[in-house]
Amino acid sequence: MPGLVIDREVLIEAPVEVVWRTITEPDQMSQWFADRVDLVIEPGAHGYLNFGDQGGPVVVEVVDPPTRFSFRWNHARGEEPVPGNSMLVEFTLTPEGPERTRLRVVESGHELRDWPAAEQQRYADEHRDGWGEYLDRLAVVVAKRQSG
Amino acid sequence: MTALTDDELWSAIGDPSRRQVLDLVVSNGEVSASWLAGRVPFSRQAVSKHLVVLERTGLISRRKAGREVLYQVKADRLDQAVRAMAELAAQWDRRLATIKLLAEAAHTRNTRESRGHHDQSPDRNA
Repeated sequence: MPGLVIDREVLIEAPVEVVWRTITEPDQMSQWFADRVDLVIEPGAHGYLNFGDQGGPVVVEVVDPPTRFSFRWNHARGEEPVPGNSMLVEFTLTPEGPERTRLRVVESGHELRDWPAAEQQRYADEHRDGWGEYLDRLAVVVAKRQSG
Repeated sequence: MTALTDDELWSAIGDPSRRQVLDLVVSNGEVSASWLAGRVPFSRQAVSKHLVVLERTGLISRRKAGREVLYQVKADRLDQAVRAMAELAAQWDRRLATIKLLAEAAHTRNTRESRGHHDQSPDRNA
């Protein structure tokens, strides 16, 4: 069953290769992500992310330098992360010139695997803008009704 | 490790049919299951199932009015969902901002180093 989709992006004034190294080299990852990163950047590699006294396993999915990198996390320890028990984080790097890169991250969970194709398409169409917009819209309606 | 504490909540609003039911409750105040069933393209039984899930997640509550059961949205739970969502998005915004800083600093460093190889005399006015 589908659930959360978060979709954010940033424009970086640096070549795509530099951005790629920043998001995939473990000593760099530990500066923007976890406190400690034990991970080999290879498809299928199992690693571990430490956040202070917490942490969790992570499994690399796609490594396609310098444009695509994805991993799964937030699955229970000891379980193999598959669609349905984990969150998928996908980075997409798009060069927008020799020294400029668009970096997009999509975090999603509860994939649509059990859904009929038509429903999947409808869901994807509805969620180009992510969950934030749907919830914001609901909240606005509720607030309006309460004050009115 | 993230704000992902509300799995059930995301699943509850992840289903398009269920969202349709929730939308109708949100925009019409107090409504009954049979009123809802008249406005959606699926069965009364499906409506009841969706209402159970939405109620379990805390997004709607019910009260008895005579022989009828009326459903309404719970604003605080919805607010909580909006905040959790915003926090998760903000977390990624912070990470992306840090990546931007790191990558741009590394790029500046690389550029300076490669310039240094070609030009041995440092430009003090730079």
